[in-house]
Amino acid sequence: MKSRIPVVLLACGSFNPITNMHLRLFEVARDHLHQTGMYQVIGGIISPVNDHYRKQGLVAAHHRVAMARLALQTSDWVRVDPWESEQLQWTETVKVLRHHHSELLRSLPRREGPDHSRARTAPTAVPELKLLCGADVLKTFQTPNLWKDAHIQEIVEKFGVVCVSRTGHNPKEYISGSPILHRYRHNIHLAREPVQNELSSTYVRQALSQGHSVKYLLPDAVITYIRDHNLYTRDSSWKGSSTQRSEGKTGWEESASPQNSS
Amino acid sequence: MYQVIGGIISPVNDHYRKQGLVAAHHRVAMARLALQTSDWVRVDPWESEQLQWTETVKVLRHHHSELLRSLPRREGPDHSRARTAPTAVPELKLLCGADVLKTFQTPNLWKDAHIQEIVEKFGVVCVSRTGHNPKEYISGSPILHRYRHNIHLAREPVQNELSSTYVRQALSQGHSVKYLLPDAVITYIRDHNLYTRDSSWKGSSTQRSEGKTGWEESASPQNSS
Repeated sequence: MKSRIPVVLLACGSFNPITNMHLRLFEVARDHLHQTGMYQVIGGIISPVNDHYRKQGLVAAHHRVAMARLALQTSDWVRVDPWESEQLQWTETVKVLRHHHSELLRSLPRREGPDHSRARTAPTAVPELKLLCGADVLKTFQTPNLWKDAHIQEIVEKFGVVCVSRTGHNPKEYISGSPILHRYRHNIHLAREPVQNELSSTYVRQALSQGHSVKYLLPDAVITYIRDHNLYTRDSSWKGSSTQRSEGKTGWEESASPQNSS
Repeated sequence: MYQVIGGIISPVNDHYRKQGLVAAHHRVAMARLALQTSDWVRVDPWESEQLQWTETVKVLRHHHSELLRSLPRREGPDHSRARTAPTAVPELKLLCGADVLKTFQTPNLWKDAHIQEIVEKFGVVCVSRTGHNPKEYISGSPILHRYRHNIHLAREPVQNELSSTYVRQALSQGHSVKYLLPDAVITYIRDHNLYTRDSSWKGSSTQRSEGKTGWEESASPQNSS
């Protein structure tokens, strides 16, 4: 029986703040990969973006990490990793993937079979690290000068993408419209979120600044944290990115600067 | 104009006989778990405990009288001369989705007298969903139009199409529903083996609002009150 490939899902973004929609991405992606019969999802990582990303309205990274941690208290497979947020400067996605993949490989137990002499122990399947994102992020691959072609290729070729669709996006179009994406389309998994959930962090920040309830849109622990630390109030510059639908990488157009060569 | 002082979730009676409806005591228990973190909304099992299905207007009448009975008598320090200002009588309003408002148009589903009592004596707060235009339903009905001042239209900007139908379907297929309902409810469902593939989850396929959509399926002339 062919064994499944172990997979860890990595989501990058602002998570400003984290919402139930973000948390759903992981659940939907995991179910999707499991249904292919080819994968076994063994973990998930939320990687809040670095403060140097300088997005308007981005609250300090330590808050965003803390909120994600609270939100994930009841998850037994997804965790938050502050590595990206702790770097001295903003880090390109492919580098975040490389980092977490090497960490993943380093953490694997060495497999020692009882019998070393003759039989070769079957190699443990090497876990794969896949980028988890919304369709809007996939769309940004088309934006000129936003991503390096070499990075896009590395992301889809070496790692792979799990893309959860949102209303108003047609990921298949984005794939067929890009030679690189098209070539590696087997490594781009399109999951549908049947609940057309248009919940966004932008909406949440707006609601908070207007004193409206966001209960049931994010975990209670996160709401309490926001209140205790007085985040996203009317005084804060919540405006951020007005049409933001996916965290972190939309709005790059605003702050786009040629990425440093790796 | 208003200060909301409480909320009540009233799960429908089992005799409503909707396909896939799990036993009322489960639905009440799940609602109770979901409301653990709410400091103002509660579940009330009265409707579910009646011997038969109870029309909405009767549920409203019951809870309104309960509400009036529970009011503290106001005693001012000075009885002799000044009349204490009357405590504002609390109003009980029906909270529903726009799809329910639409069902008012369905022939023979609601009694006209009941619709009138609901909008005239109580009032409605209608939260819109995608695909519905509540203003049309109001202007299309003489009764609703007359009492439109007592029908409050709230918009839910987050076009959330989460529905119980979707949740039941996901559960029967073994998919995750985490973050769609409170964890405590998910645990309850698992512990009691509800909504599994064996259960008849099909229920009402295009259901968007609980309880009163799908009346078309089981519509029978309502008993006269």
